This record gives sequence, structure tokens and C-alpha cells, in this order.
Amino acid sequence: MNATDHHKDLSPKGAASVRMRGVDKAFGSLTVLQELDLDVEPGERVVIIGPSGSGKTTILRVTMTLERIDSGTIQVGGQHLYHEETSSGQLKEASEKHIRGVRSNIGMVFQHFNLFPHMSAIENIMLAPVKVHGKSQKDAQQIGMELLDKVGLIEHANHTPGQLSGGQKQRVAIARALATQPSVMLFDEVTSALDPELVGDVLNVLRDIAEEGKTTMMLVTHEMGFAREIADRVLMFDAGRMIEDGPPNDLLSNPQHERTRSFLGAVAEH
Amino acid sequence: MADTTRTEPTAEEPDADGAPGDVVSFELAQHHKWYRRPDIVIPVVLVFLGLTLLAVADTPSARFRSEFTPPGDVSFSWSYFFHLVPQMLQGLFVTARATVLGFLIAASFGLVLALLRRSESRWVSYPAVAFIEFVRSTPILVQMFFAQVLVRATPAVSLNALVILFIVVGIHYATYASEAYRAGINSVPKGQWEAATALNLDPLTKWTRIIIPQAVPNVLPTLGNYLVAAFKDVPIGDAVLSTGGVLFMASTIRNVDFRPVEPYLLIGVGFLLVSLPAAWLVRRLEERIAYERD
Amino acid sequence: MEDWLLSPNQYSSLMVGARATLQLLAQAFVLGVVLSLIVGVGRLSERRWVRGVSFAFVELARGISSIILLFILVIAIPILLGDIFPWVRGQPVIVMASIALGINMGGYGAEIIRGSILSIPKGQTEATIALNLNPTQRLRYVVLPQAMRIILPPMGNLTIEILKGTALVSVAGGFDLMRATGNLESSMLAGGVIGVTVLYVNVLVIYFVMAQVINSLFRFGERALDKRFQQREGRAALPIATTHAAGS
Repeated sequence: MNATDHHKDLSPKGAASVRMRGVDKAFGSLTVLQELDLDVEPGERVVIIGPSGSGKTTILRVTMTLERIDSGTIQVGGQHLYHEETSSGQLKEASEKHIRGVRSNIGMVFQHFNLFPHMSAIENIMLAPVKVHGKSQKDAQQIGMELLDKVGLIEHANHTPGQLSGGQKQRVAIARALATQPSVMLFDEVTSALDPELVGDVLNVLRDIAEEGKTTMMLVTHEMGFAREIADRVLMFDAGRMIEDGPPNDLLSNPQHERTRSFLGAVAEH
Repeated sequence: MADTTRTEPTAEEPDADGAPGDVVSFELAQHHKWYRRPDIVIPVVLVFLGLTLLAVADTPSARFRSEFTPPGDVSFSWSYFFHLVPQMLQGLFVTARATVLGFLIAASFGLVLALLRRSESRWVSYPAVAFIEFVRSTPILVQMFFAQVLVRATPAVSLNALVILFIVVGIHYATYASEAYRAGINSVPKGQWEAATALNLDPLTKWTRIIIPQAVPNVLPTLGNYLVAAFKDVPIGDAVLSTGGVLFMASTIRNVDFRPVEPYLLIGVGFLLVSLPAAWLVRRLEERIAYERD
Repeated sequence: MEDWLLSPNQYSSLMVGARATLQLLAQAFVLGVVLSLIVGVGRLSERRWVRGVSFAFVELARGISSIILLFILVIAIPILLGDIFPWVRGQPVIVMASIALGINMGGYGAEIIRGSILSIPKGQTEATIALNLNPTQRLRYVVLPQAMRIILPPMGNLTIEILKGTALVSVAGGFDLMRATGNLESSMLAGGVIGVTVLYVNVLVIYFVMAQVINSLFRFGERALDKRFQQREGRAALPIATTHAAGS
């Protein structure tokens, strides 16, 4: 894989749309996504809520290609993720190369950070810009330090994940995901593994990203207050289906669906 | 202390489904103790019996000869290859038998070494460690040569080649076996030893009922692996001591017929036919015998 | 004490042999590590045939006795395959022996590599996919560096096993420490069996020392790696502070 291959990926593309049509996903006999249609507009901030096992995390994971879909299509920025168009206009299964091309527009932040323990914070951030996007060591370091500054961790650049607190790790992980300037960012319960007093710093970073508006954001979270504040739209999932979709104030304050009501009631009790 | 006593009854409460009246009719369930499970015990006993039979059987003569006139050219000949099979089997038998006898020494002497190593006296444990380390990190081939000259240098002792082979293989693998015993004993969590002490068990009960039953599942597969490893080292004896195993058979045939390809390939195949199923059995045992730890 | 020593001349002949042994070990080690990596990673391939071939290699390399493998490679293969691959014909015993020991090491090493890769948490691989690293980069920059800590101790033991295996070449006609010992033995038969016993004790000690050196090298490597993982002080790593000051 030579660096120049990917150089074009570097130009900032701005926020991109995500379109899903008829997406099915099952693990063995367990259906986790069923006939899912979903449109996320460029720059939109969508919060996905639902009980565990509702398929909400799977939406992010299939968009990141961590799990492959069984049927249906997903388009990111107008390009098919799992399919390629043949000369006759038909869709055929995409090659790995094609998937990698489209995937370079997507970034993801994980619940358990998944930082590389053998690399310092700055090395974690520099890895993809250098190795995937062909940036020079110097440019990548520049980007990395700016991002660390943005997440308030500049003095921790040379610290390894083992030396950082959970909240700091998650902020480094966000910086790592931002370093490749993705058009779509996926956040999978990014505050669930943190001690309550560390959640605030991470949410502040997410707010900054939202304000810049350079990227489409899809977030799975249990922080309802934060969802209300940041989201353009909230999607309620249950048993692999999207059962409610609306602006946060409508959906969270005045849910139409019985399942949404009971779910919000259960979350509020915590 | 008083607090602890007061909270204890709650901690001891039975699970919700164990109704209080059940105590009288309660039966001890035969759950997965490895030594009570037929799927483990039957194969282990069968293998053990097979190995015993091998150990007590007569040694066939180590004379190999070819009664076949191979084609003049040296290209590979299947008929010659198959013609050699019976002699290969005979060699394989000698190799397998030497392995079993050697491993008997290894398994028992290894236990002695492991116990010496556990000794609280440094005068005992340090020499044991040194011996284990030394034997483990020197080639068995050199040890065979050494044993041979040592026997030659000691007029009072006269051992035939096969006996020297058992002893060297036995001592060499005893050092490996001692490590397997040690790891097995160490694998029993500290809490188990402490619990045995807390229950005031006498040493015999502690070892026979608590430690050994938990250590064996870790020791047995490792010993099985070393048995297979010893089997792979025994042919070295053919080259050094001229014991009549597979490799000796191949070399003899090569010297008689001047056809090296078939005998060496044949013993390679024959060897795999024994070692692969054996290794597979050990792996199955390993999977089945393990206690689930949380 | 002097009873246990040999003459300086004898020691220098043994050292020539020891050097040959180490050279043989080095060749086998390089081949063994390369095979371990290829086959160990191949065992986890998404392609079924790659997994199958890798599995077969591991089973064969581990299942066969190393001395039999050695004889097959030194004696049978040059005749059997000499017409198809003329290269194997005129090869010195040491080359074929290195290949045999390398195959042997590769079989065991592949399982070490496979186990260590499997022990890396799944989240690490997922993060590399999210960063769009290609499979080779995933292995090289993320998985293998972490796996190294798990690989080193068993690889050290395996290397000592291969060192022990090098002695086998002497019975297949190659020159090494053991062959040098044999040469000495035949020249000193007049010295009697006691002298020969002393010779072998010395040779055992030489092998033991070589094994201990290998052991220490691996321990050293483990410690260096651990240091890398542990609390690393800010100033020890990249000269970032200055670059950043200049950059911003």
C-alpha cells in the first residue's frame, strides 16, 4: 500500500451523508437489524437511543465495516460502501480496496477507547495520518499536537495510555479519530465506561466538534440531557427496528411510542 | 469480629430454588470431576494399557535386511516403498517401546525432582534446580554419547545400548516432567491452599482431596505432550547407540540396497502416523479435562 | 580441578566447532522466525486454503522427529528432487540441516505467533479498521508490537531447543561442535575412556553456557520491551515540545 494511493483522501471533504436502505443484520438466529432505512444529512447530528440489544450499536458497527451487513445497501457521501457499480449500472459486491476507499471518510470512537497501549498519545494520533494517508511525520505531528491542544491534553502528548485516566484516554481516542478528518464520525457509548466525574470533559470535546459542524455525527449514548442539547434528531431503536424518529424536544419530552416512554422512564431512574 | 459473625448466616443462605425442606432428600450430584467422567477415564486407561503392553512385550531382533531386488535406477519406486513397510513397523515398535520405558523413568524420577525442588532446604532445592536446568539445556544427543562413554569407563557397570537409551531419555524428560508437575501444583490457586488450612485438613487429605485433583488436569496433558516429544527424540539413539529403531532400520537398508529415498521417506510417514494421532489425543484430553475457573 | 579440564589445543578445536554450531543455529533461527511469522499469520487467514496449508505445515513440522526430518532433507531430498530443483543437489549438509531445523522451529514458532495474536484484545483490531489501516499495517504497527511481549519467552525456550537440535547434524555428516568432539575423541582414544568422559563433560558445559547466553539475550529483550510499555516519562520519548513550540 503506498502512500500516494491515499493522498487524495486527505483533502477535507466536509460533512457527508449516510443513507441506508433495507439493511439486515443477524448474528446466527438473532436478528439485530431488520429492513433498516435511515438517512442522515451532511452535517447532521443524530443521536441513537434504545435498550441494550436493540441494534443501536450495530448500526455504527456496520457503518464502520466492523460487522458486514447481510443485505441492503449503505451509502456514505453518495458512494456505496459495500457495493460497486458495474459499467451496466448494476450493483456488485465491493472489493476490499473499494471498501477501504469509502471507509477512509469514516471515523469511530469506541466505548472502551481501544488506544494502542504500546504507543504514546501522540503516536496513537499520528499512526493513521502517516501510514494510511501518507502525511509526513512532521505534518502529522503538527496535526496531532493541534488536536491534543483542542482536547486539552497537550502536556500528555508523550504519555502512554497506561498513564492516562479514562476521560483522558477517551479524549485522545477522539483526537485520533479526528486526525484523518473524517466526513462522518461515529461515537459508540463513548462515556459509558467513564467515572461520572470524567464524563463532562469528554462531552465538552463532543460539543466543540458539533459546533464546528465539519462532520456528520452519529452518536449512541445514554446521556439524555446531552442528547437533547446536541442532537438535530433522535432515533429510538427497539428489537432491530427504528420505532421513533424526531427532534430531541419532541421525542424525549413527548414520546409517541409506548416502548420509548418506558425506555426513557427506565433511563431517567438512573 | 462480632460483625462478621452476624452477617454470616445471610451469606450462607441457599439459592432461591433450594427449598429448606429438601435437605433430607438431597443427593450429591456427580458433577464434572475429571476422574469420574467416562469420556476421560476410558481413553486414558486404554492408552495406559496399550503403553503397558508395549513395555512388557519382547524386543524383536534388530536385524533388518532387504529381500528385494530393487530396479536398477534410483527413481522412486512404490513397490520397493511398500516392500519395506513390515520392517519399518518393526523398527517403529522398538522406537515406541523405548519411548514408553524411558517415559516411565521420566514420569517417576520427574516427580522426585519436583519434590526435591519444592524442598524448603536450599541444600536440596538448589542442586535440584541446577540439575534440571543443566539437563534441560544440553542436547540429548550429547547426553547419549556421554552416557555411552561413562558406561564404558565404569567396568563395574555393563548396560546394553537399549538400556542406556531408556535411562538417558528417562532422565532428560524427567527434567521436563518435573517442570510439568511444578507448574501443575503452582496452578492450584493460593486460595485453595489457604482454604485447606482454614478447614484444618491434615496434609494427606489436603494433597489427595484438594491439590492433586486440581493439579492433574494441568499435568496430564503436559506429560502427554512430553511423551510425544520423547518419541521424537528416541530415534537419536539409533544414530548414536545403534538401537534398532526406525532410523536404524532406514540406515541399514540404505547401506544394503544403496537406495536411500524410500526408507527415509517411509519412516517419516510411519512416524507421522503415530505422532499426529497421539498429539491429537493429547489436545482432546487438554480440552476436556480442564476445570472451568472464573 | 585440573582433571576436569582439557588442553588449550583441545579447547581451540572445540571452539571452532562451537562457532559452526552457532552459525548453524543462526541460519536455522532466521528461517524459523520467518516461517513462524508467515505460517502463524497464515493460520489466521480469512482464506480457507491458506489456513489449510498453514495447518498442514504446522502438523508436519511438529509431528515428525527432527532427526528423521534431517535425514530426509540431507539424504533423500537431494536424490528425490534433484532433477526438478537442481539447486538441492550439491548443497552442503549444513545448508540442508539449517533448512530442516528451520522447518522444525517454524512449526512450533507458528503456534506461538498464532496464540499471541489471538491474545490481543479484539478492540485493538477494530480500532485499526476504524483508522483504515490495511491488514499488513495492522499486524506490523499494532498487533505484532503488542504480541512481542507474549512471544519472547516461549521463543527463547524454542531457540534453546533448536540449539540442542543442532547437535544432530553431526550424525548426518555435518560439521559442528559435536563433530569436533567426535574428531577429538578418535584422536585421544589412547588417553583412555576417562579422558573421553572428561571431554564430554566439557562439551556439555559448553552447550549449557551457550543456552544460558541465549536465555539471557531473550530476558534482556523482554526487559527492554517491558520498559517500553511501562510508565514512560515525557521527556524520554519524541522531542515534541520543541517542534510544537516552533510549529504553533
